[in-house]
Amino acid sequence: MLWGSNARETHPIFFHHVLQGIHNGAKLVTVDPRRTSSAAWADAWLGLDVGTDIALSNTLAREIIHAGLVDQEFVRRGTSGFEEYARSVEPWTLERGELVTGVPRAAIRDFAHALGSTDRVQICWTLGITEHHNAVDNVLALINLGLLTGHVGRYACGLNPLRGQNNVQGGGDMGAIPNKLAGFQDLGDAVARGRFEQRWSCTIAPERGYFLTEMFDAMEHGTFRAAYVIGENPASSEADAQRAERLLQGLDFLLVQDLFFTRTAQLAHVVLPAAAAWCESEGTVTNSERRVQRVRKALEPPAGARDDMWIVQELARRLGYEWPFGSAPREMAENAWDELRALSPMHAGMSYARLDSEGGLRWPCKDEHDPGATFLHGRLWERDPALRGRPAPFSVLQHEPPVDALDADFPLRLTTGRRLSDYNTGVQSGGFNSPLRVGECVELSPEDATALDLREGDLARVSSRRGAVTAPVRIDDGLRPGLAFMTFHFPDEVNVNRLTIDAWDPKSGTAEFKATAVRVEKLVRADVVGLAEARA
Amino acid sequence: MDLHFTSDEPTADEREAVDALLGPPESSWRGGARDPHADTRHVDGGRAVRELRHLLLPALHALQGRRGWISPGGLNYVSARLGVPPADTYGVASFYGMFSTTERPPTVVHVCDDVACAPRGAEALCAELERRCGPAGSSQDGRATWQRSPCLGLCERGPAAFVQQAGAGREDQSLAPASADALEAVLRGREVPERPGTGSVPQAGSPELRLLTRVDVADPASLDDYRAHGGYRALRRALQVGPAEVLRELHDSKLAGRGGAAFPAGVKWKAVAEAPARPHYLICNADESEPGTFKDRVLMEQDPFAVVEAMTIAGYAVGAERGFLYVRGEYPEATRRLAHAIGQARQRGFLGANVLERDFSFEIEIRRGAGAYICGEETALMESIEGKRGEPRNKPPFPVHVGLFGKPTAINNVETLVNVLEVIAHGGDAFAGRGTAASTGTKLFCLSGCIEKPGVYEVHFGATLGELIALGGGVRDGRPLQAVLLGGAAGVFVGPAELDMPLTLEGARERGATLGSGVVLVFDDHVDLKPILARIAAFFRDESCGQCVPCRVGTVRQEEALARLLAGGADEARERALLAELEQVMKDASICGLGQTASGAIQSAIRRLGMFGGRA
Amino acid sequence: MTHAVPIAPPRRLVELEIDGQKVKTREGSTLLETLRAHGQDQPTLCHIENLTPVNVCRVCVVEVEGARTLVPSCSRKAEPGMKVKTDSERVRHSRKLVFELLASSVDLSLVDARTRGFMAKYGVDPERFGPRAQPAAANQRDAAKPGHHHHPQPGLAATVAQPVKVDNDLYVRDYSRCILCYKCVEACGEDAQNTFAIAVAGRGFDARISTEANVPLTDSACVYCGNCIGVCPTGALMFKSEHDLRARGEWHESRQTVTRTVCPYCGVGCNLELHVQDNRIVKATSPLDHDVTRGHLCIKGRFGWEHVQPAARPARETDSTEKEPQP
Repeated sequence: MLWGSNARETHPIFFHHVLQGIHNGAKLVTVDPRRTSSAAWADAWLGLDVGTDIALSNTLAREIIHAGLVDQEFVRRGTSGFEEYARSVEPWTLERGELVTGVPRAAIRDFAHALGSTDRVQICWTLGITEHHNAVDNVLALINLGLLTGHVGRYACGLNPLRGQNNVQGGGDMGAIPNKLAGFQDLGDAVARGRFEQRWSCTIAPERGYFLTEMFDAMEHGTFRAAYVIGENPASSEADAQRAERLLQGLDFLLVQDLFFTRTAQLAHVVLPAAAAWCESEGTVTNSERRVQRVRKALEPPAGARDDMWIVQELARRLGYEWPFGSAPREMAENAWDELRALSPMHAGMSYARLDSEGGLRWPCKDEHDPGATFLHGRLWERDPALRGRPAPFSVLQHEPPVDALDADFPLRLTTGRRLSDYNTGVQSGGFNSPLRVGECVELSPEDATALDLREGDLARVSSRRGAVTAPVRIDDGLRPGLAFMTFHFPDEVNVNRLTIDAWDPKSGTAEFKATAVRVEKLVRADVVGLAEARA
Repeated sequence: MDLHFTSDEPTADEREAVDALLGPPESSWRGGARDPHADTRHVDGGRAVRELRHLLLPALHALQGRRGWISPGGLNYVSARLGVPPADTYGVASFYGMFSTTERPPTVVHVCDDVACAPRGAEALCAELERRCGPAGSSQDGRATWQRSPCLGLCERGPAAFVQQAGAGREDQSLAPASADALEAVLRGREVPERPGTGSVPQAGSPELRLLTRVDVADPASLDDYRAHGGYRALRRALQVGPAEVLRELHDSKLAGRGGAAFPAGVKWKAVAEAPARPHYLICNADESEPGTFKDRVLMEQDPFAVVEAMTIAGYAVGAERGFLYVRGEYPEATRRLAHAIGQARQRGFLGANVLERDFSFEIEIRRGAGAYICGEETALMESIEGKRGEPRNKPPFPVHVGLFGKPTAINNVETLVNVLEVIAHGGDAFAGRGTAASTGTKLFCLSGCIEKPGVYEVHFGATLGELIALGGGVRDGRPLQAVLLGGAAGVFVGPAELDMPLTLEGARERGATLGSGVVLVFDDHVDLKPILARIAAFFRDESCGQCVPCRVGTVRQEEALARLLAGGADEARERALLAELEQVMKDASICGLGQTASGAIQSAIRRLGMFGGRA
Repeated sequence: MTHAVPIAPPRRLVELEIDGQKVKTREGSTLLETLRAHGQDQPTLCHIENLTPVNVCRVCVVEVEGARTLVPSCSRKAEPGMKVKTDSERVRHSRKLVFELLASSVDLSLVDARTRGFMAKYGVDPERFGPRAQPAAANQRDAAKPGHHHHPQPGLAATVAQPVKVDNDLYVRDYSRCILCYKCVEACGEDAQNTFAIAVAGRGFDARISTEANVPLTDSACVYCGNCIGVCPTGALMFKSEHDLRARGEWHESRQTVTRTVCPYCGVGCNLELHVQDNRIVKATSPLDHDVTRGHLCIKGRFGWEHVQPAARPARETDSTEKEPQP
C-alpha cells in the first residue's frame, strides 16, 4: 500500500521491488489525490481529497472493526488504547467517509476488507502524508491501521516511510534532530548524555533545539541571529519563500557551506565551498530501510572546495578544540565513525570492514556478529510481557482540513510534488539534459482547463493568498476538477513556494506544502508581451 | 500500468471494430470517454486488466479486418483497452504476416508461389497478374494490391490465392484454383464467389475410411446430420466410462501424435491429467502451415463437429474446462465452419456448463492465427494465444507441466484429436490392431504437385510410397517421377528408387526420412528443382521467428549459399561443405524444430538426389 | 500467528558429471552456474545475472548425453546423473558457427575481452560467408515486412549494418552492433524497469529492437533509466557521453577508475559505480551483486552527476562578500 507516495517517480528503484512483488502475485493499493504513475500500477487506486487522510484512515478503521477483521490477539497483547480509539472512529461510517474524502464508499469498504484479511501488508508513505500541518497525526493514522490489523513487527509487514533524500535517515541516526543524540538517544536521558559528555570532555545542554520551521519563527522574533547552513537551500525550498529570504537576509551572520553558490549562499556573509559528500569524500549514508552504506571518494573536489568533515574539524580547531580524526579522507571518516559506534549501541556492530564487504548493514546491529535487522518492533508479538515491553499506543485523531481553505477567490486546491527526472530545487538534477524535463508548469484537469479557457502550453497566472507565479499549463487527466499540481524543481524560473503556506506541524516542524488554495487565470496577450519585456 | 501513448487517436471505425470484440471500454483509463467524477476518484484495475492480454491477437485482427492496416491510433486504442504497452503491441503486430503496420490497400490478394503450387502454374499466374495489374505490391487505385505468399494449404486445388478484405462486413476468402481472370476481377473490386471446397478427398464415401467417413457425406453445418453419421457417440461413451478409462483406452491405442513429432498421445494426456497445478488447458493445434499440408483444413471444413467433439473428450480426460482452437489465419472457411459448429454444440448442450447434463463443463475459444508458420510449433502457438510474438520456448519445461499461461496443457493437432474419436468409439485395442505394431491406426496423406488426383488420402500405416502415389492415380500425365518431397519443407526429398518405402513412422525413420505432417509432394521430370530449393530456403528465412542466432542468421547464410550455387560458377564442394556446417549448427543449437529442420530438404536434395554434385 | 522470518529450505546437492569429472551443485542451479562455480567459464552473450535467461544467443550450448540437440547451459538446470560435455566436437562447432554467424552480420568490435578470447579459442572466421552487403539506409530495416524479404544480393553476406540512431542527449542506439540478445527488452520490461518502451519487432533476420512504430525515443515511453545500456553486451546501446568521447578518440579505459558509492538523490540507497577518467565522471553503472539495485538505476542515478563535473562547479577560492558581519 502506497499512501501519499508516487514511488514510481520518486523512488524508482524501490518501485522495481514493488513491481517484482506485483509480478509474483502481490496486490498494490495506492491512496493519492492524483492518479499517478504509481497508481496506474495499482489493483485499486483511491483518489481522496487533499488533507483527508485521517478521515479515510478512521473510516477504514471503523469498517475493519465492524467487519470483525481486527487482529484481536495482537491488539490485546501488543497495543494500548484500543477501546478509546474504537469509540473515536465510530462516527466514521462509510457514508461519512465518502462525504469527507470523496472516495466512493464501496472502494473504502473493499480496501478495508483487503487490509484486514491480507496476511502481509506493507504500509508505505512519502511526503503526501507528512507535508501537512498535521503531519504527525497523519503518520499516526497509518500506524493505527497497522496496529489494528497486526501488520507491524512481522517479516514483510510494517510501516515504511520512504525517505526522500539519500541521507535523511542518516541525519536522524547521527542526532541531527532537536531532541536526540546520535542513535536516537534522548537528549533528556542523563545517562546517555553522560556518555557523550565523557567522550567529548564537555557538557551538553539538555534542552531541545529548534526545528527548521521553529528557527524561522525565532528569526522573526529576533531571538535567532546567526545560522550555519550546510548543504541546504532554504531560500528556495522553504514554504513561503519570500518570508524565508527576508528572514535570512536579516540575520547578523549567515555562514553557508555548499557545493554551489545557491540562492541561500548569495545571501551569506561567508561561503565555504564544499566537496560533494557522495563522490568527493568518504563516509556513510543511511537509506530508507535503515541500511548504512559507504560513500566513497571517486573524484578530487575542485580546487578550494573541502570535505565537509575537514571544514567542521578545522572550525573546531580554530575555536580551540583539537579533534582526533586526522585529515586523510578515509582515515578521518572511519575514525569519526568508530567514535559513533562507541556511543550509539545500534551502530556498534557496523565496522567499515563489514560495511564494505556486506553491502551495508541495517540497524540495530549491536555487535560484529549481528547480521542487522530486517524489521523492527517484533517485540510486540512476544508472549512474555517482559520481552514485549511497552505496548504500542493507538492514537485518537481528529480530521482537520488543510489550513489554507478554498473559497470563491481561491477555488482550486494546489498540491506539489516531484517528477522523475528532477529533484527538489534542481540544484543537483539540473546539470544534465533530461529529455523528460518539461520545466515548471501548472497541471490542471481537462475540465478546469476548459472552464478557464486554457490549452496545453498557454501561460497562466497562479495566485495564492501569499503570492503569484506565472507558468505554462499542462493538462493531466490524472487530476480531478478542482485539483492542480506543480513541482518545486525550478525555483529560478517559477518559485512555487511563493504560493505555498508556511503553516506547519508543531510536532514535526514540517510545512504544509501539499495543500494550497489558489486561483488560476489565463494570461491575455498583453500580459504575455509585458512578461516577455520584463524578462528581457 | 503506467502506459505511455503517442498522440495518435483511433478512428471511429477502429473503436467500433475493437469494441465489437471487447465490449465498450470501462473507463477513460481503458480508452473510453472521461467521466470527471467516477474516473478521478477510484480505479480498480492492475492485474485484472493485464490478464486481458490474450485478447491481443483477436483485437489486432479486428483492426486489420476493419481498416486494412494497424494504424498508430488503432494500436494505441487496443493497447489501452488491454493494458499492453504500445511498443509490445507493435512488436506483436509486426511479427505476423497478415498484419500490416503501414498503410496498405484494404484488399490484398496473396498468391501462393510455394512448392506445391509451383508445379501447378503458380509462376505463370504471377507473371500474368503482373502483366495485367502491375508488379506485386503495386496498386492501381489504392483499393487493392497483390503479393506473393508461402503455401496457403489449398494444394489440392492449386494454384491458390487468399484474399484479405478489410472493411465493415467484409470477410477474407480463399480462391483455388485461382485464375488470372478471377484475381484480376478481385483486384478491380468485383465480387468473386468462393467456391465450396468439395472433392478434396478422392476416396470420399469409401467404406474403408475411418477418419474421413463424413467428408462429402454429412452436411458439415448440421449437428443432426453429424449425429446421424455417428457423431457424439464417442463423447457419450467417454462420459459414461470416465476420464481414467478414456486415458487407458488412449494408452492402449498407442496413438502417436500426427503433428510430426509422433509423441504418444496417451502419455501426454496422462501427464496433464495428473499434473497438480490448476487449471489445465487443452489446445487444438489447427495452425496447419507446413508447405504441402492441407489435411487438417479438409477435416475442419468438412467435419467440424468431429473436431469439437474430440476436443471435448480431450478436455474431459485431462481435466480442462477451457480449450483453445488455434486455426491458421489463412483458413477463413474452416474458421467459419468451426465457429458455427461450436455455436451449435453449445446451443444443444454438447458444450458449456454441464456437458450432456454431466458434472463437466467445457468451453472452446477459437483463436485465429495471423500468418506465421512458426506458430505451428506448440510453444510458439501458446505464446501467440497469450497475445505475444510467436517465439518458441526453450524446453524443458514441457507444456504438459508448464504450458499455456504457465499451466499444464495438452496440445494436439486436428488429425490426432479426430483419431481419438475412433479410439474411444471402438476401443484402444481395436485401434492398435490397424497399421503396424509401432504405427497404429490410419494416416492421412496430402498428395499434391504432379499427381493425377491430388487430395487427402487415408491409408493404413504400412502402405508404401508407391502404393499411395498409385492410389492418387500416379504421376500426372503419366510422366516419369523425378522426386517426392516427403513431409513438407521441413521434410526430405526422396527419389524414384524409394517408392518401396513403407509409410510408417519407423519405416521412414529407417530410411532417414520423415512422414512429418503427411506431405507427399510429387515432382515429375519437367520440374526444375533448383528454384524449388531456393523457395524452400527463402521460406525458412522468412518464417524464422528470429529469436535464436543459428536459425535467424543460419537461414540467411543458407539462402545465400544456395543463391551462389544457383547462379552457377560457384565452388560446389566448398558451398556444400558450408551448407553442411550450417545444417549442423541449426540442427544442434536452434531452439525449436524450425531451425532444426530448416536444412533437411536442401541437404536431402544434395545427398539423395545428387544435386550440386552431391552424391558421390 | 507467525512472525518468524520465512527461510527457504536448504537446497539439496545434485551430483552430475562434467567432462568426465564428478561435481556437486545445489539443486536448482543452472549448468552455467555449476560450471562457473567449478572454475569453467563458458561464453555468454544474452545471459546476465540480473535478468531471466532467455537462452537465445546459443553460444553457451553444451552437450548433454541422451539429448538430441545441444542445450543452453544458461537456463538448463543441473539434474542428478547428467553427463555434460563442454568441449566436444559438436559443442565447439556450434559455438564457432554461432560466433561466425553473428560476427558476419553484426559489428562485434566492442565486445568484452572475455568474449574476444572465446572467439579466438574457437577459431572464428566470419569472412567465409563472403563480402558484406551495403549497409541499409536509415530506418530501412525498421520498415521490413514479416514474411517478405529481398532476395540475397549475389555473392554478398547480409548484415544488420545501418546508421546510428541519435535522438536525444543521453543515449545512442547503434543497431549495427545489435545481436538481438533481448537483454535491453528484458531490462526495460518485466525484469526491472517495467516501462516497456522497446520490444522486439519484425521477424527472422529482419527482427529488430523498436519503439512503437519506430518513433524516436523522445516520443516513446522511455524514461532514460539507462538499464538497457547497462546490460548491452556489444555497445549497441551506449551513453552519449561515452559515444562522444569515443568519437573524439578520447575514451581511454586504461586511464579510468571505478569507485562504488551511493547515489545522492532519494532515500533508496542505490549503489553507483562511478567511472572516472582524468577526474571527470564518464559514466555511471550499478553493481549487479547489490540487492537494492541489482544493476539497475533511474535517470537521476544514471545521469544526475553532471553537477559535480568541472563545468558545473568551476574551482573557486572563498569569495569575499561585500557584506560584513554586524557587530
